[in-house]
Amino acid sequence: MLGTGIIKGMVETARNFVGSYTDAERLTTVEYPEERIPTQENARQFPFLVFDGEDAQAGLRCVACQICEKECPPQCILIVKDTTKKPDYIGKLQFQPKVFDIDISVCMSCQICVEVCPFEAIKMDTEFELSRSDRFGGLLINKHGLSKSNVHYHRIHPTEAAEVDSRLASEKAKAEAKAKAAAAAAPTIPVPPKA
Amino acid sequence: MMDWIREFMGMLWKTVSDQPDAKSGFLALIPETWRQGISAVLSIAPLMMIFPALFALTTVVERKGLGRIQNRLGPNRVGPAGFLQFAADGLKTLTKEDIVPRAADQFVHFIAPLALVIPVFLTFSVLPFGKHLVPLNLESGLLFFFAIGAATELSVFMAGWASRNKYSLLGALRAVAQMVSYEIPLILSALSVVMVTGTLSLPQIVEAQGAGNGEWLSRWHVFTPWGFFGFALFLVAACAEANRSPFDLPEGESEIIAGYYLEYSGFKFALFFLGEYLGLFAASGLGITLFLGGWHAPFPILERWIPSYIWFFAKLGTLIGLFIWIRGTLPRVRMDQLMNLAWKFMLPLALLNLIAAALWHFLPNAFARWTVTSLLLVSGYVGLGRALMPSSRIGKRVYRYAA
Repeated sequence: MLGTGIIKGMVETARNFVGSYTDAERLTTVEYPEERIPTQENARQFPFLVFDGEDAQAGLRCVACQICEKECPPQCILIVKDTTKKPDYIGKLQFQPKVFDIDISVCMSCQICVEVCPFEAIKMDTEFELSRSDRFGGLLINKHGLSKSNVHYHRIHPTEAAEVDSRLASEKAKAEAKAKAAAAAAPTIPVPPKA
Repeated sequence: MMDWIREFMGMLWKTVSDQPDAKSGFLALIPETWRQGISAVLSIAPLMMIFPALFALTTVVERKGLGRIQNRLGPNRVGPAGFLQFAADGLKTLTKEDIVPRAADQFVHFIAPLALVIPVFLTFSVLPFGKHLVPLNLESGLLFFFAIGAATELSVFMAGWASRNKYSLLGALRAVAQMVSYEIPLILSALSVVMVTGTLSLPQIVEAQGAGNGEWLSRWHVFTPWGFFGFALFLVAACAEANRSPFDLPEGESEIIAGYYLEYSGFKFALFFLGEYLGLFAASGLGITLFLGGWHAPFPILERWIPSYIWFFAKLGTLIGLFIWIRGTLPRVRMDQLMNLAWKFMLPLALLNLIAAALWHFLPNAFARWTVTSLLLVSGYVGLGRALMPSSRIGKRVYRYAA
């Protein structure tokens, strides 16, 4: 009969109305600034630079190879190489960035910089409360702002960070074994004297 | 001075405690020449305060209610549980820039919102809010209500035409078509009450719905078959007259953005909003007066303790709640569905309801009245419903492709 559909619909909305007061399952709203849900492990916002140890600039993994700068689709990364070198996690001397800027107003969170980095130096952050009063300077983040410790990386992406750490450790062990072997074999191959 | 204060407080007390001639004591202190003007102000001022306040409250309740219907929280930030949201909204509309399109007809564009709000306020003047609370007791109040209420169509068209915008004009055309179509079932359903009570005076129509001697139930018109159908028709038509969902085609936010008030911003927009809600309140108030017994309690016993105006506003609140519930449930109808409903369903049913009201008046005993009118109306409803939407037409969709 005409009108039965309307009655059915009204009953349904009434059930929603009452249910939203009695049934917590229905009311899925999270009142954001006061309530928060923990971020998903796979969440990603903008990149940051990982450093090991205490000192952000000494422990920075970035070697200023500029691969990410060249790969970045919207070209939001600016890297200037420093002239001095510093040892990396294996102990090998590497370049370091003098300037490392990311304009997060341009960044599109594609994660390509993370994919191409051979040094596990750049990773995606989950920080999303990034509003600034200055939309030009405020959203251009420099090396100091981008540097975050490996501990932070472990906190936001535990599985991924553990995997990276184990890989780096095995590489380091391999390099050490190689160096030891090289040291043991050293006397048989005479080092040519420098001219 | 003490006299004035005493009489003023006495007037307020008499109003609250439902006594007759509340104003007379205070007016006696006023010189003869001023008396009528002051009397009018005393009648109008409460209307100008109560109904906009009710509008403010309704916007919050509506948003919260719709939120709950959609399993959301609704506004809950401003004030206790979000109930001061209207203050924030009001401030926002007041501080917004008032933009008038360069191509618009400046004068008509300016007066259109006023031309909506003023007639709507005028319609309140004839409604009996309580036993002794009738701002203007007109002999033919119902006629006045409909005559003034019809003026809102003009303002809607003024707004749509003066904006010089195709969406505004489309919205205004839709609005006028809709309002003209639904005015007919609205008035015809109200006419059934006039036929039975034999008066156009709204206070007298309310009087006629009081309980007789020794009866336990009031004689609300909605308790009769013709009254029930009349009330249902009236509600649907009032909903369409007020451009409420599911008949909000003139606004049609998803298709013509905001229809006739697309080019209005700031406080003029708020005035349209106010006018629309006040129109809904006035239509609900008239529905209460005609079918729900006005200020009468459902059981005459209750009238002794609870003042009459409380009954009126309780009914008004219930109707507003019903309109919010409907808005939260039904999707917007299409233009052809809208017109089909008005002309093919509601108009014949309203005419049938007039016949039923006539039979109710002339049939000799209660049993004959109830059976004949109920049978007539229910068969009319079912028959028209079947004819309007044959179920065979709804089936699996057949796709046809060009060869």
